[in-house]
Amino acid sequence: MITYDSIQSLIDQAVLEGKLISQIVLIDKASQMEMTDKQLLKKMNDNLQVMKEAVLTGLESESKSVSGLSGGDAKKMMQSISAGRSIGGHLLSEVITKALAVSEVNACMGRIVASPTAGSCGIIPGLLLTLKEVYQINDEKVVMSLFTASGFGMVIAKNAGISGAEGGCQAECGSASAMAAAAAVELAGGTPEMCGHAVAFALKSVLGLVCDPVAGLVEVPCVKRNASGAANALVAAEMALAGIESKIPVDEVITAMKAVGDALPASLKETAEGGLADTPTGKKLAESILMQ
Amino acid sequence: MNVFDIIGPIMVGPSSSHTAGAVRIGRIARAVCGKQPIDAKIELFGSFAKTYRGHGTDKAIIAGLLGMMPDDERIRDSLGISVKAGMGYQFIQANKKDVHPNTALITMRDQEGKESVVQGSSVGGGRIVVNRINDINVEFDGDFYTFLVPHHDSPGVIATVTKLLAEHGLNIAKMNMYRSHRGGEAMMVIETDQPATQEMADSIEAIKNVRKAVLIEPIY
Repeated sequence: MITYDSIQSLIDQAVLEGKLISQIVLIDKASQMEMTDKQLLKKMNDNLQVMKEAVLTGLESESKSVSGLSGGDAKKMMQSISAGRSIGGHLLSEVITKALAVSEVNACMGRIVASPTAGSCGIIPGLLLTLKEVYQINDEKVVMSLFTASGFGMVIAKNAGISGAEGGCQAECGSASAMAAAAAVELAGGTPEMCGHAVAFALKSVLGLVCDPVAGLVEVPCVKRNASGAANALVAAEMALAGIESKIPVDEVITAMKAVGDALPASLKETAEGGLADTPTGKKLAESILMQ
Repeated sequence: MNVFDIIGPIMVGPSSSHTAGAVRIGRIARAVCGKQPIDAKIELFGSFAKTYRGHGTDKAIIAGLLGMMPDDERIRDSLGISVKAGMGYQFIQANKKDVHPNTALITMRDQEGKESVVQGSSVGGGRIVVNRINDINVEFDGDFYTFLVPHHDSPGVIATVTKLLAEHGLNIAKMNMYRSHRGGEAMMVIETDQPATQEMADSIEAIKNVRKAVLIEPIY
C-alpha cells in the first residue's frame, strides 16, 4: 500500500518495480478502493471526456459569466492563432487557448473536472490535450498520465494543501501546474525522477502566488492564471525532460509551499481583501457586481 | 483521499465550495423534506451571502432542492425551472456569529404545510457538513449512505435499529446520537459502508418509537 507521504517514495517505488508513476498509482488505488483497474480507467476516462467537451464548449461559446467579468478570451486567442499573430509558436498558443477555454466554461457555470479544484480546472486539460493533439497521443495514454498527476497531487494535498483559502493560489493553480508538468513528462517518455523534478520546477516558479479574486469570484485573475499555470507546466516539463535537476528536492519544495502558505496573511487567501481584489478597479468592479 | 478527489469531481462551475457544495446541501435538504418543497426560504451566511449571485450559489441550492446533481448543466437555469415546477423560493442575506463562512439555512414547506429545516456548510472542495436538521444540531458530511432517524429517546431504540442494519449486512462506518434532552426528541445519524436502500429506511421507520427514517445517498 502506498501512503502518499512523499513524491520521492513514489519515485523510488516506480524505479524499484521498473514501472511508471501512473502504473504504480493505478495498481495501488485499485487495491485500496476495491475496484478493478478497468473500472478505475473508465472513471478516469470519463474525466478526460468531460475535459475535452469543456475545451470545445469554451471555444464555441460567446457567453459571459453571470458577473460579466469573464468569457470570450479563449475565442480571441484562437482567432489570433488563425490570423498568424501568435508569437509563441503553435503548441504554446494552443496550451493557452485550451486553458482559457476550460476556465471560462467554469466561470460561465458549464461542466468541468475539478483538477484539483474548479478554480484551476483549465491547467491540466490545457497542457495535456494540446500534447495529445500535437503529438497524436491516444486517449489511453492520456488517461494513464492523469493517474501520475493525481498520485502526485495527493502528496501535495497531504503535505501542503490544494485550496486557495488554505495556501493561496500557489496551492491551487501551482498544484495543478505541478501535476500537469509531471503528467506531460510521463507522456513524453520521461523517467519517474524527471516527473519529480518537473513538479519541483512548476511549484518553485509560483511559490508565494496569492489568491486575490476580485469580488470573491473565480474569474479575475483566475482565468488568466490558468493560462499562465499551463504555460508554467510546459516550461517545467521541458526543463525536466532536458535532464535539468531541481537543486531543492521536490518534497522540500512542497514543504516550503506549505510554510509560505501559512505565512500569507488571510487577506491574500481567497478572502478578496487583498492583492488585485483590493485595487481601486477591483473594488469598483466588486461594488458594481454586488449592486446587480 | 483518492485519485478522484484530485482529478474530479465532474461538476458545474465556477466554485467547488460555492456551487458544487451548495448543490449537495440542497439535495440533502430535499431528502429531509421527503419530497420537493412547495417553497423554500434560504438564509445565506458569510461568503455565501456576499458572493452568491456571482458564484451561482442561489441556482446551485435551488438545483439541489429540485434533485439535480452537481454536474447537471441545467443548474444555471434552475431558478426558472423551479418556478415552472411550482417551487417558490426566497433568498435572504443573513448575519450570524459562530457559523462557518459558507453556510446556508434552508426552511422548507411541503404540500401538506409541514415545515423542515436543514443547515449546511460548504467546507471546501465540494465537501459539506450538515449541522442542523429541524431543531437538532448534528454533524455529518453525506459521503456515506446516511440514515437520519428522528426518534423518541427511550431504551432499546438504537439496539433495534442497529440489529436491523446488521441483518441486512450493513456495516456501520460512523454513528452519532443527538438529543434535545433526556427522554425527549432525539436523532440518530448512521453512516454505512455498504449501499443502503429505501426499503431498509421503511423497515427502520416501522420500529417502535422511531418517528421517521430518511435515507441520504452519497453523491461522489
